[in-house]
Amino acid sequence: MITQPTSIELIESVIKFIEERAAPQLKDRDAFHARVAVNALAAIKREIAGGQAAEDAQTGRMAELLGHDGEWAALNSELCGKIREGEISPTDPALLAHLKASIIDQVRIDQPQYAGLKTLAG
Amino acid sequence: MDDLEQALAPLAPQLDAGATTVVNLRRLSGGASQETWAFETDTGAPMILRRKPPSSTGSGNAVPLATEAALIRAAAANGATVPRVMAESAPGSEIGEAYVMARLEGETLGKRIARDPPFEGIRPGLAAQCGKALAAIHAVPTAGLPPLVTSSALTELEKYEAVYRGSGAERPIFEAAIRYLRDRAPALETPVLVHGDFRNGNIMVHPDQGLVGVLDWELAHLGDPAEDMGWICTRSWRFGGGKPVGGFGDYADLLDAYHAAGGRPLSLERVLYWEMLGSLKWGCMCLTMYMAYATGSDASVERAMIGRRASETEIDLVALLEQAA
Repeated sequence: MITQPTSIELIESVIKFIEERAAPQLKDRDAFHARVAVNALAAIKREIAGGQAAEDAQTGRMAELLGHDGEWAALNSELCGKIREGEISPTDPALLAHLKASIIDQVRIDQPQYAGLKTLAG
Repeated sequence: MDDLEQALAPLAPQLDAGATTVVNLRRLSGGASQETWAFETDTGAPMILRRKPPSSTGSGNAVPLATEAALIRAAAANGATVPRVMAESAPGSEIGEAYVMARLEGETLGKRIARDPPFEGIRPGLAAQCGKALAAIHAVPTAGLPPLVTSSALTELEKYEAVYRGSGAERPIFEAAIRYLRDRAPALETPVLVHGDFRNGNIMVHPDQGLVGVLDWELAHLGDPAEDMGWICTRSWRFGGGKPVGGFGDYADLLDAYHAAGGRPLSLERVLYWEMLGSLKWGCMCLTMYMAYATGSDASVERAMIGRRASETEIDLVALLEQAA
């Protein structure tokens, strides 16, 4: 773990620089891109905080669904194949429970303000 | 006076009675395939020019501007709420491939229409206005129209599945949605004129009058009438508004007004099918825009970050799959 500063502190300092110093000097498309850049940094911050736990949980659920252990990428690929080939139904309750838990974790990282998150996660 | 303004001047008498020239030409927006300009006649009539730039690269699914103008005219003749097309200009002319329409007053920003106070008064009636406009568009006799692509649910699905497969992504929610939609694709019985991009953001809304014009016709085609219904209900186009139709109305408002205006009865189930396909479509479009970053053709942070909007469509797809299960 690198500290003084932590990665989170570094990101926060860049967000602050863009919002307080850089963005006010920009206009039109550049000003818009500065806002998007801040959103991107905020997503990275949330991903650093919660991304690994979400991936581990996802890997565990996929291992249970598919009946064997494996790496995230291999399990994800296998799951996609089984849905594509019709071996797992798109409305299968166990599949939907896994997809729901995974996408709630991801949208909490990507876009926590999105209205659809509240719809699904309550 | 620059060249384009000079080229537009002879059109003036056609645009407003007594007009002799045009003034105040300014560019509003423009991409590689399409430009939008605003100007007035010397009598003060506000106009919009849609024009293909001389060095246009064209755009995959878009119809030619002459087709767009012809469709708006046909929809107007059938009673749809659309802008008034005033003049057309042929490719190779001084203006280039273009058409001029009367500029409407109102708002197109989806978030303002769905949530801001000035639109509170007209919001309750807006979904019904949309239903009525769609009934008129879908009833346009297709026999006299310029050539258009015909696209069924399955064709649309396959188009976006190809985009997804081509991106190399492996996303189980997209897989589940594709499988679900493929197994239930409705047959295309009688193709109608479909707007193709009918959503909050592509309609002009006035704070007192509500819907004043259906805009952005470049994705028009022949297809399933429920496609237009499903697209305006797709959750990415609700802009944080609490209701399904564009964030501002209920399904029943849209569908009842559609039937009352002579539209063929459409089931809510069929609209929800197209709504799910709408989320998949926007998710694949987010991936496409991200691919522009990944391949280096547009290295902006905006193109990179829009890839993270694919997950918003996935959360909506899971909600729709759960509802259907």
